[in-house]
Amino acid sequence: MADIKDASEIPEVIDPKTDKVHTWPHLVRIEFICGLLAFMGLLVWSLVLDAPLEEPADPTKTPNPSKAPWYFLGLQEILVYFDPWMAGVVLPSLIIVGLMVIPYIDVNPKGNGYYTWKERKFAVANFCFGFLILWVALIIVGVFLRGPGWNFFAPWQEWDSHKVVALTNIDLNILLADWTGLDALRNPVVAAVFGMGLVGAYYAIIPIYWKLKSKKSKILQELGPVRYGITAFLFLTMMALPIKMILRWTLNIKYIVQLPWINLNI
Amino acid sequence: MKDKIQDIQETIVKSSVWKSVFRHGYADTPRNRILMVASNVFLHLHPSKLRRHGLTLRYTWCAGGLTFFFFLVTVVTGVLLMFYYRPVAEYAYNDMKYLQFDIPFGMVTRNMHRWAAHAMVIMVMLHMFRVFMTGSYKPPREFNWVVGVLLLTLTLLLSFTGYLLPWDQLSIWAVTVGTNMARATPMLGAEGPLAEQVAALTGVATPRYDARSLLTAGTVVGAPTLLRFYVLHCIFIPIVAALLMIVHFWRVRKDGGISGPM
Ligand code: HEM
Repeated sequence: MADIKDASEIPEVIDPKTDKVHTWPHLVRIEFICGLLAFMGLLVWSLVLDAPLEEPADPTKTPNPSKAPWYFLGLQEILVYFDPWMAGVVLPSLIIVGLMVIPYIDVNPKGNGYYTWKERKFAVANFCFGFLILWVALIIVGVFLRGPGWNFFAPWQEWDSHKVVALTNIDLNILLADWTGLDALRNPVVAAVFGMGLVGAYYAIIPIYWKLKSKKSKILQELGPVRYGITAFLFLTMMALPIKMILRWTLNIKYIVQLPWINLNI
Repeated sequence: MKDKIQDIQETIVKSSVWKSVFRHGYADTPRNRILMVASNVFLHLHPSKLRRHGLTLRYTWCAGGLTFFFFLVTVVTGVLLMFYYRPVAEYAYNDMKYLQFDIPFGMVTRNMHRWAAHAMVIMVMLHMFRVFMTGSYKPPREFNWVVGVLLLTLTLLLSFTGYLLPWDQLSIWAVTVGTNMARATPMLGAEGPLAEQVAALTGVATPRYDARSLLTAGTVVGAPTLLRFYVLHCIFIPIVAALLMIVHFWRVRKDGGISGPM
């Protein structure tokens, strides 16, 4: 400080809002270099590694396993836990719609334009869970750990196409009937009503939580009932996947709801 | 000698032809720096000035820019591949072989197309992740996030439709697995919930006319599917994606440039 002789030597306080630079050359230069490096990387990759070309298409020879392209293997992995109408149609549609509504349901004004965890914990935790675990991690499982019959193989295990995994999966109503001795649960109509009741109860958490908390919680009041309802619905639907996974791993549950009359199982 | 060169340069730069192409000089003045961007249709998608903060690679990872870059690579290499490829079940596979073994640089062109497509998918995922982490979808950029989600979907579809074109075992079975999902669409897929009821009432949602046959142009992944995917892959999806990208870039600019601390 002692060295400063006149005002021109006092460092200016820089306001990031008004501190502007010319696009040409500052930005265009960076874009050009990034593009050049990416092109070099791509060229090396393309010289070293050939794109796959297998035997000609033959509709009579089904390979085992048949895998979708890698970016869809997360969805293919969901097929283990849900029927195709959920894993292949409803959940992907909800993912797309759910992503699109994010800006409209996240009313937290903080953390706009910089990295922060502290100021938006719920949003960041949820997105990371969905993106890193339910998307990226499932893709990795699908690409590297799934072999013939979509069975699980560790990377060092050889793919044995004759590996037989006993199918011990059991529907929830049967499991409960076995446990409790309530044979009425084996009746398909009773089971359907019971299953739908369970799903209904799961989503009933939404209004109940609202009733209990909305008076006191500032966050819920800011959201309002519509935004809250959409957020909670998307959240619970996303969590249905890990819940079903855990039910499968621990209790071998196959279906929770069965409506055989309209071919709908969850 | 030096004077001569300068004379020639002068004559060229002052000629009416040159001036008709380049509207301003190249001298490094603030005015020319702005004109450089403003008078160029491609660069004009940028603002002529931006916040210094927007330059930091730690912030954007250049992920959006690289997504676009890889898209451009696939467009250029894709056009080259189209010269040698026929979307007909009898020819497609042989065309690939021919391309790989007999066309100069055929293999590397195909590799670049393929790997750039994969790189584009990876970069678009990273870009979305970055945009979320910096909260850049918050006002006033809500709508651009929506456009982005559409672009993500189109990027995946673009990759997926291209996957079928080599017409090898990998292609048709990956696409069979993928399109089989559509069979389970509620009410619209032949094996989906409520399909039987809908089929009884309306006659659609049968294997021949359902959500899946709309994609595959038939009951199996066959020659008609190849043509359908080819048209989608080479014409329809790229055009829609390119249009949306233009909207996307324009909106980045109109929403106040790259987001940053307020
Ligand atoms: C083909 C796909 C896409 C291309 C080519 C693309 C390209 C770009 C580019 C070049 C930028 C400028 C800043 C940057 O490079 O990060 C940008 C910004 C942005 N993109 Fe994308 N993008 C794509 C997909 C997406 C997706 C999937 C999303 C979100 C779901 C998205 C949301 C946004 C938003 C909100 C901004 C403004 C960010 C800011 O101001 O910080 N884009 N995009």
